[in-house]
Amino acid sequence: MSTPTYSVLGTRPIRHDGADKVTGRAIYGADVHLTGMLHGAVLRSPHAHARILRIDTVKAAALPGVKAVITAADFPQGPDRIVDLGEGDTPLSYIRGNVLAIGKVLYRGHAVAAVAATNAHIAEQAAGLIQVEYEVLPCVLTAPDAMREDAPILHEDLETTELGKKSGKVSNVAVHFRHVLGNSEEAFAQADVVVERTFDTATVHQGYIEPHNATALWNEDGRIHVWCSTQGSFVVRDVTACILDVPVQRVRVTPTEIGGGFGGKIPVYIEPVAAMLSKKTGRPVKVLMSRREVFEGTGPTPGSHMTVKMGVDKTGRMIAAQASLAYEAGAYPGAMVGPGGMCVFASYNIANVTIDGYDVVVNKPSTAAYRAPGATNAAFATETVVDEIAEKLGMDPMELRLMNAAKEGTRRADGPKYRRICCVEVIEAMKNHPHYSAPLEGPNRGRGVAVGFWFNAALPSSCTISVNADGSVNLVEGSTDIGGTRTSIAMQAAEVLGIAVERVNPTVVDTDSVGFTGVTGGSRTTFATGYAAYEAAQDVVRQMKERVAKIWEVEASAVNFEKGAFSAGEKSMTFAELSEKLGSTGGPVVGRGAVNPRSAGGSFSGAIADVEVDPETGRVSVLRFTSIQDAGKAIHPSYVEGQMQGGSAQGIGWALNEEYYMSPDGGMMNSSLLDYRMPTALDLPMIDTCIVEVANPNHPFGVRGVGEANIVPPPAALANAIYRAAGVRMNRLPMKPSAIMEAIWAKGN
Amino acid sequence: MPVVFIPALLRPLTGGASQVEAAGETVRALIDNLEAQYPGLRERLVDQGRLRPNVSVAVDGEVSPIGLLESVGPESEVHFVHAISGGSR
Repeated sequence: MSTPTYSVLGTRPIRHDGADKVTGRAIYGADVHLTGMLHGAVLRSPHAHARILRIDTVKAAALPGVKAVITAADFPQGPDRIVDLGEGDTPLSYIRGNVLAIGKVLYRGHAVAAVAATNAHIAEQAAGLIQVEYEVLPCVLTAPDAMREDAPILHEDLETTELGKKSGKVSNVAVHFRHVLGNSEEAFAQADVVVERTFDTATVHQGYIEPHNATALWNEDGRIHVWCSTQGSFVVRDVTACILDVPVQRVRVTPTEIGGGFGGKIPVYIEPVAAMLSKKTGRPVKVLMSRREVFEGTGPTPGSHMTVKMGVDKTGRMIAAQASLAYEAGAYPGAMVGPGGMCVFASYNIANVTIDGYDVVVNKPSTAAYRAPGATNAAFATETVVDEIAEKLGMDPMELRLMNAAKEGTRRADGPKYRRICCVEVIEAMKNHPHYSAPLEGPNRGRGVAVGFWFNAALPSSCTISVNADGSVNLVEGSTDIGGTRTSIAMQAAEVLGIAVERVNPTVVDTDSVGFTGVTGGSRTTFATGYAAYEAAQDVVRQMKERVAKIWEVEASAVNFEKGAFSAGEKSMTFAELSEKLGSTGGPVVGRGAVNPRSAGGSFSGAIADVEVDPETGRVSVLRFTSIQDAGKAIHPSYVEGQMQGGSAQGIGWALNEEYYMSPDGGMMNSSLLDYRMPTALDLPMIDTCIVEVANPNHPFGVRGVGEANIVPPPAALANAIYRAAGVRMNRLPMKPSAIMEAIWAKGN
Repeated sequence: MPVVFIPALLRPLTGGASQVEAAGETVRALIDNLEAQYPGLRERLVDQGRLRPNVSVAVDGEVSPIGLLESVGPESEVHFVHAISGGSR
């Protein structure tokens, strides 16, 4: 099949919002100022697990400047129901209970009450005057502890569900699932090499720089307007309407610019609180989180406890695998263990697999998505075991992976067969990359590799494109722009219309102004909203052909459109020339695109890492790092590379330093960016990138999402590199200096 | 006839069978016919007229965005898989 040639796709234009971003003119949530605006503050629980016996707000309300104090009792408490958030069904009671605690607090940092006052200082002072009487309960902080028979129970009504069947017994295990393919027990008996290891990973945060924020105005006519930093304005609209028990029509959400999200800005926390404070006061109210509130009150990604067992024959063919994955959901069910179970062996063709997954509630913040949620934990386990098998077989680790790589037609452990995927191409690109064969000299140095997979999300998206008289177009979309998606979406419209991308004005609008659009998450925005822009542009072309036909007095079907020009026989007219004539040929042309793709097509990613381990301190220095990923079609290669570098940097932080360091009573001891050690530019080498392009048949330009799969392999690649540098197999994240030293000492003993 | 792959946790309802055939031009019709063969199966997959939370259906390898309304061909493979909610839960 010939490779299509494009005019716009694959180029690297300057982003449309670049000037606003670099001059500081872009409007973020904290920049929103409304006349008469009040400032909110949230009181949070000092306990990881406690019953709320009494809340006394009298002193707080009496403080001069305080205009309102609210608790969960101020919100409608209708019957529970399942809420469709457009990307996952969730019981309303869980969301409601997390916004402001009802009856019990389930983690330190759980919101209990909120205040609106004339300035932020008074609001904070007043929050401190709210008196809460607690009955402190024992807490449980890890999945293995929470699964014990004698563990403290978080939810007295929670039973383990196994595909619609409840256990009949109260438990901290919300869900147990099992995937079975073939017969792994019988196959293990045939294996020549079997490796089984147990792994633990710590809770980590997405670490977006901009804290959560929300400003709300509950208007006198009952309409509610919310401005906030979110990955999904329609999610905020729908959840806010549910929690406030008002029709969706009455809620309008304007997404401001966003300073990072990585999945963590999909859940709703303070938007309904700001709205309720506004209702109580009759004035707009702004609520901003501090960094500590972000760490302690929003959703990190789950910690996990995993056992992975794999068996191969003497040639290296993988014949059996088993995994047991227990992920910490935090305070409410919903750990990303489902995707973890679907990704744990996703890179390989294995005929006999058993996977058990457990969604376990613990007294930590309710977890949220984080780049390829659930997959990084699982790949850390699998890819470390694969590396050990390669060592036992005396095989090159890339050869072992290539021999067993999943391909089109491979049946996954959860059942379906893969469509066109790119695991083989990514592994081959890793193997052929100069980094993989470059000499690595010097003591205490080692190289490791790993691969990983993420499904990506599809979800609905909408766009409209209106044509201006000068031949430019206005593109209206509902996807918050996190990674340059205004431009990557505009480029797809420009390609269809045959115009320069600079002639497209992309605008991200509020929820009243565009059709439903799913979250900017799941690596879906360039894929799905780009698809909607493609459809909207095609709609424009169809309508423009009818205008040309009218002018030339020919059938519309006789009009061709190629590279920005309409033609029929000898006649031709450019897109810009026709745009001038729209007013006199029938009026405005507005194209629309609304898509709900069946499947996003997954993406595979690989990492090659060189490290040096200081044997005296355990410090790991990353000397060189290469990220390889399939992009389907890289619309804007710079943004693809940026995603790969960003995901790699976060994966390195997750691997080497980051963790929620918890006290025994459930307090996060490092809830500041000084103590929660994310990597900085000084900690990282230049991250090299290698884009593989295997077209996605589910997208008109072959696009695959690239925002997530790149975070999956780094921890395992680093663990494997550390093994070659220091001789120790790491089975716990983070692989911080103390953990490395403990492993070295244990080996010495 | 479409082939339905039975999730491991539901195989006690199908006498241990991991694959069964069931007629139906949509996922909804197919589940209705499965229920006639294997009573109790529908309740494990469907609640209040929709697929249960955490359950998605994949037809011919692709997860459907419309669930019970998805069309099923005579040669289709149908799987009930764990829903990927990439975000809120």
